[in-house]
Amino acid sequence: MTRYILRRLLQAIPLLLAISIAVFALMQAIPGGPLAAYENNPNIMPEDLERLKDELGLNVPVHLQYFNWLTALLRGDWGTSLVTQRPTLVEIGERLPNTLYLSIIAFVIALAISIPIGIISAVRQYSWFDHVMTTIAFMGHSIPVFWFGLILIIIFNVTIKNPFTGGPLLPGGGMYTIGATASLEDRLTHLILPASLLVIHNLSGHVRYMRAGMLDVLLQDYIRTAHAKGLKERAVILKHALKNAVLPLVTIIGLEIPGLFNGALLTEVIFSWPGMGRLFFNSIERADYAVMMGVLMMSATLIIAFGLITDVVYAFLDPRIRFE
Amino acid sequence: MRALVWRRFRKHKPAMFSAAVLALIVIGCVFVPLVLGYDPYNAPVELRRQPPALTHLFGTDELGRDLMMRIWVGGRVSLVIGVAAVFIAITIGTLVGAVAGFYGGKIDNVLMRFNDFMLSIPNLFILLIVAQLLRSLNLPEISGGPVPIIVIIGALSWMGAARLVRGQFLSLKAKEFVDAARIAGAKNNRIMWRHILPNAASPIIVSATLRVGNAILTESTLSFLGFGIQPPMPTWGNMLKNAQSQMVIAPWIAIFPGLFIFITVVAINYLGDGLRDALDPRHVE
Repeated sequence: MTRYILRRLLQAIPLLLAISIAVFALMQAIPGGPLAAYENNPNIMPEDLERLKDELGLNVPVHLQYFNWLTALLRGDWGTSLVTQRPTLVEIGERLPNTLYLSIIAFVIALAISIPIGIISAVRQYSWFDHVMTTIAFMGHSIPVFWFGLILIIIFNVTIKNPFTGGPLLPGGGMYTIGATASLEDRLTHLILPASLLVIHNLSGHVRYMRAGMLDVLLQDYIRTAHAKGLKERAVILKHALKNAVLPLVTIIGLEIPGLFNGALLTEVIFSWPGMGRLFFNSIERADYAVMMGVLMMSATLIIAFGLITDVVYAFLDPRIRFE
Repeated sequence: MRALVWRRFRKHKPAMFSAAVLALIVIGCVFVPLVLGYDPYNAPVELRRQPPALTHLFGTDELGRDLMMRIWVGGRVSLVIGVAAVFIAITIGTLVGAVAGFYGGKIDNVLMRFNDFMLSIPNLFILLIVAQLLRSLNLPEISGGPVPIIVIIGALSWMGAARLVRGQFLSLKAKEFVDAARIAGAKNNRIMWRHILPNAASPIIVSATLRVGNAILTESTLSFLGFGIQPPMPTWGNMLKNAQSQMVIAPWIAIFPGLFIFITVVAINYLGDGLRDALDPRHVE
C-alpha cells in the first residue's frame, strides 16, 4: 500500500509539470500580457515600460521565463499579484480555507443526504418515493448551476422577508456581514444559500450512483443467503449490502473531483464568496497571471491529492483491490 | 430493426414527451422571431423592466427589449452552439477512441494518458483561459460570436466520448466479423470505419445526445460569466449576465432565460435516456 501511494505521488510530478507547461504556454499566447494596460497609458514612458518588463522578467525567451517561474515556484516564491501587489501565496492562503470550508461542508451534507435516499430508492424500486427521487436527481443533473443560484437568491433574499426584522430572510452574498461583530449565527446564515447550491449540484449524481450500486448488489447471491439465514431486512441492507453498494459512489466521487472545482467557482462568483474560484475568475478578468497560474497549480495539486485519497479509500473498502 | 427501436422508444413516455417539447422549442426558435413584431436589439428605453403582461408575455429587460423575442432569437444561438460543439467533440472523440482501441499498445497508452491529463484539469478553468485567449486575439470577424465558442467547447469536451469509443472498439475488434473482414482482404482503415464503427453507433448516438445538453449548459455558463457570446447577440446564458443586478426590481429577467435552458436540457437528457433504452435494451444503469 505504501509503495502504491509513493508510486502515485511520483506519477503526479510529470502530470503537474505537463499541466504547468500547457497553462504557461496558453497564457503566453494571450496577447498584451500583464502590462497591456500600461501600453496605452500616455503617462508611462516607453523606457519605463521596458524597465518594468526587465523587472518582471518578461524580456527573456519564453522557455527561460517558464524555467524561472518553475524554479521560483519550487522555492516558495509564487510571484506577486499585479493587482494587489501582494504575494500570490498569501492571496491563495487567504482564499483556500474559505473554499475548503464551503466545499467540504456541502460535500459532507450531500453525502449524508444522498446515501440514505439512494438506499431507500433502490430497496423500494418503482415506489412513489423512488419515482420522485429519481426525477429530482434527473432534474438536478440538468439545471444550470448559476441560474439555480440566482433563483435561490430571488426566493430567499429578494422575495421572502424575515418576519422579525423585515429584512431579507437570508443574505444573498458574502461570508459574513461586513462591519458586524463576528458571530456563529451570522456565519451560518451566510453559509446556507451557497452551501445549498453546492449540495444540490453534487446530490443528483450521488443519488443515481448510490441507487444503481444498491440495485446491483441486491441481486447478488450473498444477499439471498443473508435473507435465507433469517436476518432482518435492516441488517441485510445495512450490514451486508451497503458496504459493496457504496463502491460505485466512491468511484464516481473520484471522477467528479475536478467538477467540484467548477461548482465552487460558479458558487463563489454568484454569492461573492471570498474563495479560490472567485480569485481565479477575477485574476483572468484582470490578466493577473501570477495569481492565475498559482490557483491553477494549487487546484491541480488538490485534484490529484483528492483523487489519490479516493483510490486509497476505495482499496480500503474493497479488499478485492490489491495494489501491486 | 428501425421499427423495433421505434416501438421501444415509444414506450418511454418521458422521452416521447421530451421529443415533443424539443420539437416545439426548435419550431419556436425558427418561426416565432419571424412573426413576433419586436426588435430583439433596439427598443424604446421607456419600456425597460416591464413586468410580464399581455403585450410582453415575459416582460422586458433593463433596456426595454421584449424578453420573449430575445429568448427565441437567443435559443437559435444556444441550440446551434450545442449541436455544433457536440459534433466537433464526438468527431475528435471517435477518432481518438477508435485509434486507441483498435491499435492498442503504445498508441493506446499515449492517447489515454493524454485523455487522463485533459480530464485532470477542471474544465471550466481551462475554458475560461482559452476563451480569454481567443477574445484578446481580437479577430473582428468572429470575436464574441458563436464560432470560437463552438470550437472551444468542442475541443475541450471530447474526452468522455474517446473513452466510450475506445471501450467499444476494444471489445468489437475481437469479434468474428472483424476476422471475417480481414480474411476477405479488408485493410485496417476499412475495418475500423466500415465494419466496427457502425456496430458502435448506438452508444455513440446516445452519448452525443446527452452531450448536447451539457454543451448548452457550458455555453450558457461561459456567456453568463462574460466569456462567451458577447451582447448584443442574445443567448440564454448571456441574457442572465446582467440579470443578477436587476433581481430586486425585475426578477423575471433572471427567471425566463434560465427556465428555457433548464427545460431544454431536461428534455434532451430524457431523450437520450429513451434512446438508450430503445437502442441498447440490455443496458442497465
